[in-house]
Amino acid sequence: MSENIVKTDKKDLTIVCFSGDFDKILAAFVMATGAAATNRKVTIFFTFWGLNVLKKDFGRKALGKGILAKVFNFLLGGRNKLPLSRLNFGGASPCLMTSMMKKHNVATLPELIEAAHALGIRLLACEMALHILELERDDLIEEVADVVGVATFLNESENGHIIFV
Amino acid sequence: MDFLDITNETCPMTFVKVKLQLAKMDAGQELEVILKEGEPLQNVPASCEEQGYQVLSIEAVGGGKHRVIIKK
Repeated sequence: MSENIVKTDKKDLTIVCFSGDFDKILAAFVMATGAAATNRKVTIFFTFWGLNVLKKDFGRKALGKGILAKVFNFLLGGRNKLPLSRLNFGGASPCLMTSMMKKHNVATLPELIEAAHALGIRLLACEMALHILELERDDLIEEVADVVGVATFLNESENGHIIFV
Repeated sequence: MDFLDITNETCPMTFVKVKLQLAKMDAGQELEVILKEGEPLQNVPASCEEQGYQVLSIEAVGGGKHRVIIKK
């Protein structure tokens, strides 16, 4: 759908998702979809804990080759295992928060991710962080546009706003 | 005319859903949107006009709801 975006003089928006916290990722996707729906070109760059959002397996899976990578990836988990940055209560809070969001008709994280894709938002994964966690491109959802380094991130975000969460 | 009820949606899905619906339509087609007063009424027509779409009418339909007709 990205070809439908009308050219405007609005600044591009790049969001760096460093944290893999449920609430921060939610805020990032609200800003991203809101910006894209009002004709801004939006890119989200996922690095370190943020990569958990992009894993193909939404639950826990021991990805990677080495024992440390396997343990890290298992404990971190995927999209369904993102912790709340405060009052996580051993992982119960994100479920409670999602039910509160549904009750108040607020879009849930999967809905926002789907909308982001439909709006043509570019999802980029950090090559270095993937390397450290021994993740492959195939471990990530197919919506990921590219695996890139910091140079690409700098080039793409040069003339726009950058938000770091 | 295409129809969209976003009275049960909250920001940002209010204008996200309108944007996605308009993207599916052909130029010249019209979209009827039912929305609530407050944030949706302030933002949806404004964001449509900003994107070059034409807001043909806005009328109150009772219960704090409004009907907005947008032409692509």
